[in-house]
Amino acid sequence: MDYVLALLVGVFVSLGVYLLLSRSVIRMILGMTILGNGVNLLIFTAGRVTRGVAPIVPVGLDTPAGPIANPLPQALILTAIVIGFSMFAFLLVLAYRAYQSLDADNTDRMRLAEPDNAPQPPLSY
Amino acid sequence: MGLSLDASIALVAIAPFVAALLAPFIHSLAGRYSAWILALVPAGIFMLLIRLGETVIGGGTLTAAIDWVPAYGLTLGFFVDGLSLVFALTIAGVGTLILLYAGAYLRGHPHLGRFYAYILAFMGAMLGLVLADSMLALFLFWEATSVTSFLLIGFDHSRQAARRAAIQALVITNIGGMALLVGVILLQHVGGTWLLSELRDMGEVARGSGLYGVLLALFLLAAFTKSAQFPFHFWLPNAMEAPTPVSAFLHSATMVQAGVYLLLRMTPVLGGTPVWTGLLLGFGGVTLIWGALAALRETDLKQMLAQTTIGSLGLLVVLIGLATEAAIAGAVLYFIAHACYKAGLFMVAGAVDHGAGTREINALGGLADKMPVTFIGAALAVLSMLGLPLTLGYFAKEEMYLAVTGGDFGMLAVLLVLVIGNALLAGVGLIVMIRPFLGDVVETPKAVHEAPIAMLAGPILLGGVGVVLGLLPDWLGHDVLAQAGSAILGQGIESHLSLALDITSPLLWLSAITWLAAILVFQKGHVIRAVLRRFNAVLPSADRMFDLVMFGLIRFAAAVTRALHHGRLEYYLALLFMCLTLALFLPMLMLGGFDWMVPTADLGDWSKRLVLPALELHEWGVVLLAVLGLLAVLIAQSRLVAILSLGIQGTALALIFLLFGAPDLAFTQLMVEILSVVILTIVMTNLKLDARDHRPFEDWARDGTIAVVCGAGLSLLLMLVLSGTLDDRLAEFFTRTSVPIAHGANIVNVILVDYRGFDTLGEISVVIGAGIAILALLRRRKPGSEAR
Amino acid sequence: MNTLLFRTAAPLIVATMLVFSVYICLRGHNEPGGGFIGGLIAASAIAVYGMAAGVPAVRRALKLDPMAIAGAGVLLAGVSGLLSLFIEAPFLTSIWLYLDLGETVVPLSTPLFFDIGVYLTVFGTLSAVALALESDSEEDL
Repeated sequence: MDYVLALLVGVFVSLGVYLLLSRSVIRMILGMTILGNGVNLLIFTAGRVTRGVAPIVPVGLDTPAGPIANPLPQALILTAIVIGFSMFAFLLVLAYRAYQSLDADNTDRMRLAEPDNAPQPPLSY
Repeated sequence: MGLSLDASIALVAIAPFVAALLAPFIHSLAGRYSAWILALVPAGIFMLLIRLGETVIGGGTLTAAIDWVPAYGLTLGFFVDGLSLVFALTIAGVGTLILLYAGAYLRGHPHLGRFYAYILAFMGAMLGLVLADSMLALFLFWEATSVTSFLLIGFDHSRQAARRAAIQALVITNIGGMALLVGVILLQHVGGTWLLSELRDMGEVARGSGLYGVLLALFLLAAFTKSAQFPFHFWLPNAMEAPTPVSAFLHSATMVQAGVYLLLRMTPVLGGTPVWTGLLLGFGGVTLIWGALAALRETDLKQMLAQTTIGSLGLLVVLIGLATEAAIAGAVLYFIAHACYKAGLFMVAGAVDHGAGTREINALGGLADKMPVTFIGAALAVLSMLGLPLTLGYFAKEEMYLAVTGGDFGMLAVLLVLVIGNALLAGVGLIVMIRPFLGDVVETPKAVHEAPIAMLAGPILLGGVGVVLGLLPDWLGHDVLAQAGSAILGQGIESHLSLALDITSPLLWLSAITWLAAILVFQKGHVIRAVLRRFNAVLPSADRMFDLVMFGLIRFAAAVTRALHHGRLEYYLALLFMCLTLALFLPMLMLGGFDWMVPTADLGDWSKRLVLPALELHEWGVVLLAVLGLLAVLIAQSRLVAILSLGIQGTALALIFLLFGAPDLAFTQLMVEILSVVILTIVMTNLKLDARDHRPFEDWARDGTIAVVCGAGLSLLLMLVLSGTLDDRLAEFFTRTSVPIAHGANIVNVILVDYRGFDTLGEISVVIGAGIAILALLRRRKPGSEAR
Repeated sequence: MNTLLFRTAAPLIVATMLVFSVYICLRGHNEPGGGFIGGLIAASAIAVYGMAAGVPAVRRALKLDPMAIAGAGVLLAGVSGLLSLFIEAPFLTSIWLYLDLGETVVPLSTPLFFDIGVYLTVFGTLSAVALALESDSEEDL
């Protein structure tokens, strides 16, 4: 079953990358989120998946009775989700502001920092 | 050889830097007397060096060291032997006079305080350079002289010519500086020590090593660029854009002599081989003749002197190349003589400019009446330059001719070059002395007047030293040559100096030939100049080449920048993901990552490998939901669909987490999806989404390919990982110890808040940082709206 | 969004979510939950409340600036790590204290405070962002 999840990771990443290569800023942000989800799933799957048993020790025991899900990737992903969400919110607001300031949501028209007709450097001392 | 520690040596190199820091304040306090106050620093250093000299003359070496990076065995060490003492005394002595001279020459200049600071810092760098024991310290001071000379040459920074000259000097000398750094590191690798005082005795090791050729090339490049040897000579005449005191100091006795010092220092280590001799004789000889002829071409006093300096540097390189006892003695004597008369002549040129308003020799004449003291200074200097008996220059010339007579046929060629070079230089000296001062009085831009005493002290004293030293052959021989020689050659030099003129000696006749030729050169000066100028017009100029290279570099850099920073985000990202693809596939291909897919003999064929994964129906359903959500995002044409489908794929992911034993993740993911939808809804109401993701076909194909290959790469990598075994020691540790040590049953939470608490602390800091950034973005005033 | 039904139901939903978020946060050490999830739930509650009652009302109800809450959260998490200084252990070493209150034993620990710090940070930051966005969009309309 983890091979199915591996394929699903591929689908997530492909779509994320495809959307990131778009020129529409909003689509890029959607792509970023999806790429993040894909990577989270990648880490999750790489830690091996088990059905059902959460990494929680039953009351009264020192160690879990049977096999449990791998807790390490879960801890990594948990923070990744929250940070990913913070980044998502930041990018969204950035795009929103850029849209208001530059009146453009197309990266081709956002040329403030690297204009097309950048001047030649001075050729003198 | 006695060895004693003396902290005052370090003081010699450090005091000028301290004085440089204080100079602007002293200047603003003391005004016109500041030069006299600041000159006390080099004067004091001079006295201190004289006192140290007593030890050196006794055959000792003084050292002082500060631990710098003890872990790497690096010390900031200084040492004084005969060679460094000769150079250091020259630097401090000339430096004292230069400071006085500069105070008068630049009187009233708005940046005079800054000038003092620069020149004192330069002096400190130069003293450090000649006193350094550790090669790394040598390199540091070497670079410091480059930087301070850049500041000094470009002191008059409002003129473009000065800026250009400064940059040129910096670029050329820094090429050598880089070579020196590499050379120094290689030499340490070969010799096993950073210390010059230890390397001196390791010549056999260095010359025998396989790296000798590289070492030689690097050190020669460093010395040749610094000492303006052909073909790097062109920066020196341009550096005459500097104020005259700078030229008198840097371009006669100090900066350009750093290369000579390096060559002398390296003589016991790298010198004496046929390659060494051949290269030095070749480059030095060409430089000597080139510089002497170029001097005849010029009519500006400072330019003439600059070109003769190039010639003199070539002469010194030739002598070092010979590396015989007499040649080294000649080099040391010539260095001292040259420092005295050239610095003096530069100061004279400045005084003439100051007094008459021009430095053009054709516009000057008969100044001797109005500027008698200046004339005496010039005459004393030129006497030494000609090498007349009873001057220091005479002994220098005798020794250098002695070095090349009595040799084979090859030596005859060297002798010829030396005689011609000396004659040409002496001829220029005669022109410089006679044309402006004697002859008919010519109308000059300014009413001629004598220079102030501070400007006259230099030429008179230095000219006087050139003559007085010429009267003390015994002292020169024993106290100077023997010590310097033992520092360079490892053995004392026997002195041949004598005041008596021996008519039977061929050396005297060679001198006489030189003098006669010099007079001829003086007589026919204008003819030679005319011929040389015609030649010069057709010769390619290294100076113009420099411009071409520099501007070429700038154009190249601009083109590279434009090619890389084209400002097209999608290309940046496409490049990024293509690199990701390479990073994914190359290792897999090269390390046999696909082997697991190939059917092995015991399995037979592919169909046995392809088994339907054992997923339950609801699990298939969740996977399908995720794929559908993703596809919906792809084709979404309205805001609502985009937001909803993004939510669907996120929720599907949450369900996957829930199904496979991660309730915490599922919960978090779900909450994030809810908040995402809320925020997206708020923002998207004000933001229009283009109905179609508009891409031309070729873009679509390109992006699609990159995306699919990226996704496939990660899938394959993940499958490869899954086919291996999992190293679960860490997970096992957390599972086992969560309850007994950390008192928590939820292992994920325990990892977050306890085991990896530091990570989590960092992560919540990132969260709050993102929050602050978002608020800052939102609070920024909108264009066109008034302040809130 | 401003339907009567939503506005009426919102305070109830919000109150429930807030209480639930605290519960989730506190039980996190032994059962599914924790500061991150709790903070997210509470922030969602604030976002919903902001939509229903308007941003000024929420800000009045919160009394504190949400960013101040977030800052306090990071501070609390950091200080809970510093407490290990008193037992001369490395930064963030956990300390456990079992308070015996007669009938029940209340375990107090630095990881608990750390988790509360996480909760406050996530809650404060995301509430601040949500409220700022909501008020921004209200102004635009």
